[in-house]
Amino acid sequence: MNATPATTGLFPADSVGLVTPQTLDFDTPLQLVGGQCLQHWSLVVETYGQLNANASNAVLICHALSGNHHAAGYHAETDRKPGWWDAYIGPGKPIDTNEFFVVSLNNLGGCHGSTGPASINPKTGEPYGPDFPVLTVTDWVDSQAVLADRLGIQRWAAVIGGSLGGMQVLEWSLRYPERLGHALVIASTPKLSAQNIAFNEVARQAIMSDPAFHEGRYYQEGVIPRHGLRLARMVGHITYLSEHSMGQKFGRDLRSDKLNYGFGVEFEVESYLRYQGDTFSEQFDANTYLLMTKALDYFDPAAHFDGDLSQAVAAAQCRFLVISFTTDWRFSPRRSEELVNALTAADKRVSYACIDSPHGHDAFLIPDARYQAVFSAYMQRVAEEVRL
Amino acid sequence: MRPDLEIIADWVPPGSRVLDLACGEGELLSHLEASKQVRGYGLEIDPDKITACIARGVDVLEQDLDDGLQNFPDASYDLVIMTQALQVLRRQDLALDEMLRVAREAIVTFPNFAHWRNRLPLMLQGRMPVSKTLPYQWYDTPNIHLITFKDFEALCAKKGIKILDRAVGDFAYKGHLTARLWPNLFGEVAIYKISR
Repeated sequence: MNATPATTGLFPADSVGLVTPQTLDFDTPLQLVGGQCLQHWSLVVETYGQLNANASNAVLICHALSGNHHAAGYHAETDRKPGWWDAYIGPGKPIDTNEFFVVSLNNLGGCHGSTGPASINPKTGEPYGPDFPVLTVTDWVDSQAVLADRLGIQRWAAVIGGSLGGMQVLEWSLRYPERLGHALVIASTPKLSAQNIAFNEVARQAIMSDPAFHEGRYYQEGVIPRHGLRLARMVGHITYLSEHSMGQKFGRDLRSDKLNYGFGVEFEVESYLRYQGDTFSEQFDANTYLLMTKALDYFDPAAHFDGDLSQAVAAAQCRFLVISFTTDWRFSPRRSEELVNALTAADKRVSYACIDSPHGHDAFLIPDARYQAVFSAYMQRVAEEVRL
Repeated sequence: MRPDLEIIADWVPPGSRVLDLACGEGELLSHLEASKQVRGYGLEIDPDKITACIARGVDVLEQDLDDGLQNFPDASYDLVIMTQALQVLRRQDLALDEMLRVAREAIVTFPNFAHWRNRLPLMLQGRMPVSKTLPYQWYDTPNIHLITFKDFEALCAKKGIKILDRAVGDFAYKGHLTARLWPNLFGEVAIYKISR
């Protein structure tokens, strides 16, 4: 489960090295917001660093739409790429594994080993498919709290996440206020806008209108709705980048040196999107994609308070760090500022930084000097608190 | 700590809710939190200073003061503090309105452009002054709206803003007799406490 020192020589010195995911099974019934109850469920988890004697140095990483438990390090010596947040997790990195015990999981409903739509429904002996309950951010946080119990973690030093992960962080601060010291909400929003929901709906329609979707029971048919998922990812991917970063990366570059006056792939950006869509459709489950987009759409902690977010966050006891990125138009700095304003109105302890980055929404995953400086400075304070 | 910050700290009632506009590296707020149980936020736009605040454990919000304080409701704070930043704002009159909308009282400090050391280079050499309190050249200065004590007090009078307290001194806030007698000529910096 942890990186072994013997293997770290193969990897960069600031890498957590070779990591092995672990599956944890739970028989704690999980009552879901949508009304159903999951009796038996599993979570795939990776951990980095060592839990200290009084279990006070644990940090939870919450993943975004297409993320999973593999946040840092390598699964094999031959891996070309490390985990999705390797730039920010490791020895000496902002989430310093010399200081913290880092827990990263694949959320319920995911497609990387945790119980999800592709898992076998014990009632039917068949994959759940469309019968898998639609989950909410609240359900995820509840399942993560059960995971914390299992790991012997009464209180997280910090809960950290970007995008959809940031929503889970916010939910943690409101649902289990006494169980975290710090909440780091990055490139996120307290609720989706109509435009965000619209993009999600296009993605869902792309998947559901694929003939191979079979009402979500494609597992039994031995097919996957590849085309729909690919299209969904292509649309999604556009919203993760900025106009500027796309322009920088591709401009109007052509794949060959002339226009073909046809509908094949001509511009580099088309080729890139198709490649992204193709790779994604081979690795990701369509039902999980539907479920994740719904969880995004539903999230709105202010809804129970007549839309007053400052009342919603009144329950929080932790300190907050909110980070946004200038060219993020999916969850723009304005959306982070809505959260910050609600927190200041509720007299909560919060710091806010808006990082100047050309990378759009994806900026939260990409190395950036200022982002790293702010993130590190904050986490070092958390580490000092833990050491007290 | 900077001498002006020490005087300001003396003027802040314990337990106040404070906004520190252009809070720099968070020295003042950190000191006020520890010594006066003050709660509040610093506002800053300089990236390195924001990181320094965070490293210090001061709650800092990245916000451009020229955009106003619309995100803070009326009378939501006891005190708004702005040290050595008034002269860099685009519209000081509107900034003062905003400060006294959000809080009952404000503390403001700024360098006095009418200090004799600033007057001399202008008078004798015809050059813009460069001094310890105004260490920039005319072309790279962030101080786009320089102020004299008399100008500031005239603006307050025009706006019906009350001056509750004033401390004038040199940069180290030593209370020279000359600065007390002729503040606009001999005072380098001033701290004002104002209210509606």
